[in-house]
Amino acid sequence: MYDIENYYNASTIAEAVELLKEHPDARIISGGSDVLIKIREGKFAGTSLVSIRDIKEIKGVERMESGDIYIGAGTVFSHITKDPVIRKWIPVLGEAVDQVGGPQVRNIGTIGGNICNGAVSADSVPTLFSLNALLRLSDGKGGRTVPISRFYLGPGKVDLGPGEILTHVVIPEREYTGYHGHYIKYSMRNAMDIATLSCSVVSRIDAEKGILEDIRITFGVAAPVPYRCIKTETALKGMTVGEELYDAIEKLVREEINPRDSWRASREFRLQIGGEIARRALIRTAELAGGDRS
Amino acid sequence: MVGKSVPRVDAYDKVTGRAKFTDDLILDKCLVAKIYHAKIGNGIVRSIDTSEAEALEGVVKVVTFKDVPDHCYPTPGHPWSVELAHQDIADRNILTGRVRYYGDDIAAVVAEDEVTASRALKLIKVEYEEYPVEIHPRKSMYGSRPPIHLDKKDNVLARSNYFIGNVEEGLKQSETVVKRSYKTPIVQHCHIENPISYAYMEKGRIVIVTSTQIPHIVRRVVGQALGIPWGKVRVIKPYIGGGFGNKQDVLYEPLNAFLTTQVGGRPVKLDVSREETFCNTRTRHSIEYDLAAGVDKEGHLLAKDMMAYSNQGAYASHGHAIAANGLTAWRLQYACPNIRGEAYTIYTNTPVGGAMRAYGIPQASFAIECFMDDIAGEIHMDPLEFRRRNLIRGYYEDAYLKPIAANTNGIFECLKKGADYIHWEEKRREYSDQTGYVRRGVGMSLFCYKTGVWPISLEIAGARLVLNQDGSMQLQLGATEIGQGADTVFSQMAAETLHMDVEDIHIQSFQDTDVTPFDTGAYASRQSFVTGTAVRQCAELMYQKILDYAKTLLPNETRQLSLDHGYIYAQGEPVISLEEVAQESYYSLTNSSAITAEISTQVKKNTIATGCCFAEVEVDIKLGKIKILNIINVHDSGKLINPQLAEMQVHGGMSMGMGYGLSEQLLLDEKTGRPLNGTLLDYKLMTALDTPDLKADFVELDDPMGPYGNKALGEPPAIPCAPAIRNAVLHATGVAFHEIPLTPQRLIEGFVKAGLL
Repeated sequence: MYDIENYYNASTIAEAVELLKEHPDARIISGGSDVLIKIREGKFAGTSLVSIRDIKEIKGVERMESGDIYIGAGTVFSHITKDPVIRKWIPVLGEAVDQVGGPQVRNIGTIGGNICNGAVSADSVPTLFSLNALLRLSDGKGGRTVPISRFYLGPGKVDLGPGEILTHVVIPEREYTGYHGHYIKYSMRNAMDIATLSCSVVSRIDAEKGILEDIRITFGVAAPVPYRCIKTETALKGMTVGEELYDAIEKLVREEINPRDSWRASREFRLQIGGEIARRALIRTAELAGGDRS
Repeated sequence: MVGKSVPRVDAYDKVTGRAKFTDDLILDKCLVAKIYHAKIGNGIVRSIDTSEAEALEGVVKVVTFKDVPDHCYPTPGHPWSVELAHQDIADRNILTGRVRYYGDDIAAVVAEDEVTASRALKLIKVEYEEYPVEIHPRKSMYGSRPPIHLDKKDNVLARSNYFIGNVEEGLKQSETVVKRSYKTPIVQHCHIENPISYAYMEKGRIVIVTSTQIPHIVRRVVGQALGIPWGKVRVIKPYIGGGFGNKQDVLYEPLNAFLTTQVGGRPVKLDVSREETFCNTRTRHSIEYDLAAGVDKEGHLLAKDMMAYSNQGAYASHGHAIAANGLTAWRLQYACPNIRGEAYTIYTNTPVGGAMRAYGIPQASFAIECFMDDIAGEIHMDPLEFRRRNLIRGYYEDAYLKPIAANTNGIFECLKKGADYIHWEEKRREYSDQTGYVRRGVGMSLFCYKTGVWPISLEIAGARLVLNQDGSMQLQLGATEIGQGADTVFSQMAAETLHMDVEDIHIQSFQDTDVTPFDTGAYASRQSFVTGTAVRQCAELMYQKILDYAKTLLPNETRQLSLDHGYIYAQGEPVISLEEVAQESYYSLTNSSAITAEISTQVKKNTIATGCCFAEVEVDIKLGKIKILNIINVHDSGKLINPQLAEMQVHGGMSMGMGYGLSEQLLLDEKTGRPLNGTLLDYKLMTALDTPDLKADFVELDDPMGPYGNKALGEPPAIPCAPAIRNAVLHATGVAFHEIPLTPQRLIEGFVKAGLL
């Protein structure tokens, strides 16, 4: 039995915004795979909830005429993984969210919840960083758009104002065309787990010349918020694809990330793993691009 | 019927959801209890204020340690001993003001519903006086001020030792002497159903419906804990979602029984959370071993020495019996003229160690079987060959505890099957000289395991058969179905001896201590052996009673009668149906006497089961990951009653053993002893995706001690996987790990230290 005071069900964005304004202490719930756990733990005990689960406007994936891809915040992980647009244009995202928890969680957990929960281990987020995703927020009026890189304020804290709802995740056309991505979730077991460390590499490789033209490397759980390895990216751009590049990413990533020491894993351990998974993710993107001739 | 893979008798009810578990039976208007747990690791409660909690609407009662009986009681699921010296240690109160570990039980709330009970807990105010916390047994054994329990000044719960031959002499004569230390982690059973019970009063007695392996023992302990006559307690055990030994302990039944007495006998439910199950029920003891051994030039063991330090945690529970069981294993199976064993069980400020599948042997076997590989490595001998040289072939018996013996011993056959399956010799060669960051290896380990607890403790079982009017029968047992398939194999046994179909044996799955025959329950891999003996005797008695009664209906029949599948035969000729006999027994106007048979039997036997595991692994050195490519357990558990169920039992045990070796450990905070990872997210129980294909095989020797040639199988499968995996990693990488689980963190640290990274 969960300690929930009141439950309000919204069927449109406008209604949800209205309910949130009416009940400023209420929390947003969609699938509940994060919120209910916190209520059970006693953290949100006695809270009221505004459900956005029945809002149709924020479900599904669409590729606009511009080529930009709109992902409804209420789209569940399993739908993202199976969506034809995702599979065709940004398969890395579908693969990433397919690593969340287990099948049941992937059938209820949403990408919007994954982002707004603010957890640094969220499986969708490193890839969204590496795709330079934009977030559409609605407040019942004009709303605003923020790059995901500016959305994370601190551990568990995101830039979501009172009465504001994340409605869509937008992947602009220029951010994925010509790119290949690979996400590696490093966890202690193969299912029902959260990342000890995770890395999403999205790269653009000139397969003809074998040159790494662009690269974005984002880590989960390597810092208090998802972390883009800008220094490493800058150093690697323009390098020839091959062993030297792979050695460089492994080394530079270890120098750049700043994971914490905890009983879950030591800092030294995470540094060892971090370098290795970045290396393996890059190798995979090179294979996908057909640019690794070594 | 015995030896056939008949479907589980509870299969359809379980898969359709018809089978009733405790929570399915909760009575209407049942109150809900929750426990207030200490938020320090060691100390005393200075003051407790429950007034706000009591004032909360919906709260019916708040009780604290001040309200419960003063006397202590024991909790382990052992048969009671009428000899004082052999009685279990009584060191618990139902609630306590002397906090001995983080989470100790101080108070309890009874409320109209769960949310109210949770809210009330938050309103209880407690002030403590704190003492230093000690979570390490080898530090705690030098004493603390005050001691954790006043009657054990040095915090040593118990110590035991034995000597065979002269170890010092033996070591002196040895060509090579090897010394190593090993350590096993605290792990938890992780049965799917948390311990749950509800209790109410009826006609001045307490009724407890509970998820337990040991209903008759729960009855006794509740009587002891509350200080009331045992007959005033009635325990009912429905289907349960696993136990693995955690429910071979009396957990919260005494508190639940006490709570119903505090609310006028109204029903009270006490359903603990997963977090409480980790912290506040029981765990597998962490044990540290210092081992030494000497071998001659040919690799024969000349002497071996074991020192064991077992972390008991805050309360005695099964106590020293666990470490002592491991000590016994040290002197069995391998031939060696000079053996010494010594074990300490030590109180610390940590969650309580209790019974868990295979009762101290997974710990001891991990140390012993790693050690066997490490000795073999020192003398450059193949580890399987080293074992073969030292294993006893055929019959052997324990040096101290008669009549414990390997009456049948299939270990060499088991080893052959395992080695063949894994292609031992070929792969030992193939993987002997690898470079690179991904390497493979094969490893193995073996074990032996007693069947039941005789003569260390009592073995008694009861069985009752009732013939129905249609010729079918009820089988009533005090032994419990806990998911392992006991009800099915008992039905097969009765059907076998009575020459009936399994479908005509209606086993009563729920135990009710008011009506079910006395039996101490499911533990020690005892039931198919001990209860099986009672079932066989009961069935033989029933068989004879049926024939005797049939004779009264056939006054002119002089030929020898027999019973076979519903008919009475006279020298092979059917003369009367069993149904007719049964009808007459109920309704004859001249000599009706319904036919029942009942047996209570003490079994003064014990026989040793054995087996082994072979594993092939691939180690990803840079990621610290182990992938199990192939794994097989081969068991000599005597004749199999139900091969399919036996295989399932082995699979479950292997899963537990692999988790033990690879990922499971309950981590504690150094400062408070609080579990850091007491949830199913952070405690890394293996999932389906972590589990390789499992292979189970058997060597079926007909053991003369078993009622149907059978011996222990319930627990043994959990023993050998962890050391086999560790030994395979040693083969793959050359790095010897001395502590499990082989987590990525531990592997990476080991590889860095060994210069592989």
